[in-house]
Amino acid sequence: MCGIVGLYLKKPELESRLGEFVSDMLEEMGDRGPDSAGVAIYRNPAPEGGSKVSLFSASSNEDWPARTAQASQAFDLEFHLEIHASHAILTSSAPVGEIERWIRSNWSDLRIMSVGESIEIYKEMGHPKAVAERFGFKNFSGTHAVAHTRMATESAVTTEHSHPFSTGLDLCLVHNGSLSNHNRLRNFLTRQGGQFQTDNDSEVAAGYLTWRLSLGESVVDALESAIRDLDGFYTFAIGSSNGFSVLRDPIACKPAVLAENDDWVAMSSEYRAIARLPDAKHSNIWEPAPAQIYSWERSKTEAGTQNAV
Amino acid sequence: MQFDLATQSLREINAALHHSDREEGEEYVIAHPKGTHSVAVGLTDPIDVTIDGHVGYYCAGMNKNASIHIAGNAGPGLAENMMSGRVVVDGNASQYAGASGHGGLLVIKGNTSSRCGISMKGINIVVGGSIGHFGAFMAQSGRLVVCGDCGGNLGDSIYEAHIYIRGEIDSLGSDCIEKEMIPDHQRELEVLLQNAGLHYSTAEFRRYGSARTLYNFHIDNADAI
Repeated sequence: MCGIVGLYLKKPELESRLGEFVSDMLEEMGDRGPDSAGVAIYRNPAPEGGSKVSLFSASSNEDWPARTAQASQAFDLEFHLEIHASHAILTSSAPVGEIERWIRSNWSDLRIMSVGESIEIYKEMGHPKAVAERFGFKNFSGTHAVAHTRMATESAVTTEHSHPFSTGLDLCLVHNGSLSNHNRLRNFLTRQGGQFQTDNDSEVAAGYLTWRLSLGESVVDALESAIRDLDGFYTFAIGSSNGFSVLRDPIACKPAVLAENDDWVAMSSEYRAIARLPDAKHSNIWEPAPAQIYSWERSKTEAGTQNAV
Repeated sequence: MQFDLATQSLREINAALHHSDREEGEEYVIAHPKGTHSVAVGLTDPIDVTIDGHVGYYCAGMNKNASIHIAGNAGPGLAENMMSGRVVVDGNASQYAGASGHGGLLVIKGNTSSRCGISMKGINIVVGGSIGHFGAFMAQSGRLVVCGDCGGNLGDSIYEAHIYIRGEIDSLGSDCIEKEMIPDHQRELEVLLQNAGLHYSTAEFRRYGSARTLYNFHIDNADAI
C-alpha cells in the first residue's frame, strides 16, 4: 500500500504551521504505511553558495558537536548544527559538492540523507505518528514538504529503505506502487555511475531521475522520460527547492488526490489526509489524470505562485 | 436521525443503519465524514441516508433498497456490488465506481475516473460529467450513461451492457463498437436521464455495445492481449 503526502503553502503567514499540517496528514496516512515514515521539508535556506546536509547516524550516542567541530576545522568555516533524534542538519557556507565529497571520504559510517540549499530529509522505522513525534515535526516551519508512510511489499524494512529518497540537490522522491523493471534499470544506472544503497525499487526510480537530471533535463522532462522507461505501478511525488510535482503511471491504479485553495496545494493518497487541513471541504478537489505531470512552483523572483502543468 | 462521525464510531453508525426496524422513507444524516472509508455499506432497508461531506473508499457498497445521497465527493470503490436502491453523488467519484453492481441506480453528478462500471451485472450508472479509461470493462448487463467525455478503451471485452455517450471518446476497447439507436433505446435512455435529474436530449447521445466477436474462442485472437 503506502501513503503519500505533499503540501505546498501559498501564504508566508502559514509557514510556521507547515510541520503541524504535515504531521496531521502523515498520521492520517498511518494505516496505509505503518512500517516506517519520512518527511522532506524545505526551509531555512543555507547562505548563498553554501550548503545544507541531512545526516543519519545508526549510533545511539553519536557525538554530533565533535563531528561539527571536525568539519569546521577542515573547512575553516563555521557550521551550524541542528540535532533531531537520529538525524542532524549541518548548514554552512561550504559549497555543496565539496562538503558532500568530504563527508563521503571522512564519515563513511554516516548516511547522507539529502544535500542542497533548503531540503532536510528525516526518515525512520516505526509508525508514522511515532516517527513524527520522535523528530518533533509538529514544530517545524517551512514553505513545503513531501512525506511518505511505508508498507513494505518487496524489500526490507530499514531506515535506508524508507522514503523520501534524495534524487539530487534539493530534490527527493516518494513512491506508492511497485516497479517491475527495477533490477535491469539498476544495472543500467550503475553502469552510468549511479550509486544505490539498497535493493529497493523506489530508490531505482530516484536514481533514474538523478541520471536524467544529470543529462541536463528539467524535472518535468525527466518525468516525461520516466513514463517511457519505468515499468510498473506508481504514484510519485517529487519535491524540489521551489515546489513539488505529482505523476501517476498510465494505468493509474495507485490512488492520488489533489486539492487546492487560496492558501495551499495539497496532494495525498486519500482525501482523509487532506481533510485535516483548514477549510479542506471547500477547496477544489480532483484526481490527477494518468501519465500527466502536475507541478507547483514558487517563483524565486516573485512572491506569487505558478501552476505549470 | 442525526449521526456524527466526529463523535461516533463508523461501526456504531453502520450498525444502526443495518437494523431493520425502520419505517420506509425514514431519513438519516451523517455529518463530518472527512474522507472516512466504508460509510453506509451493506444497507438493506429502504431508508434515506444523506452523507454531508466527502467520503473515502467503498461508500455505499453492497447497497440494497436504501437511497444514499453523498453531498460531496466519493473515493475509490463507490457503490461496489450494489444490488438495488439509489446512490447519488453531488461531486466527483474516484476509481471503479459501481463495479460489479447487480442493480439499482448510481448517479454521479460530477466526473469519475478509471474503470467506472467494471464488470457491471445489471446496475444503471448515470454520470453527469466525464469518465476515465476502461469504463464498462467486461460489462455484462445494465446501462452506463455518460453526459461528458470518455477516456480510452471504453467497453473493452463487453458482453450485453448498454453504453450511451454524449461527448468524445478517446478510444473504444476490444470488441466494443458503435451501435444503432432504435426507439427502444431512446426510451430507455430518456427514463435513465429523467431518474438522474439530467436534462439532455437523447438525440445528443450515441450508443455502444458488443460486436460479439470475443464470445467464442477464435484462433486468430490467440495473440491478442
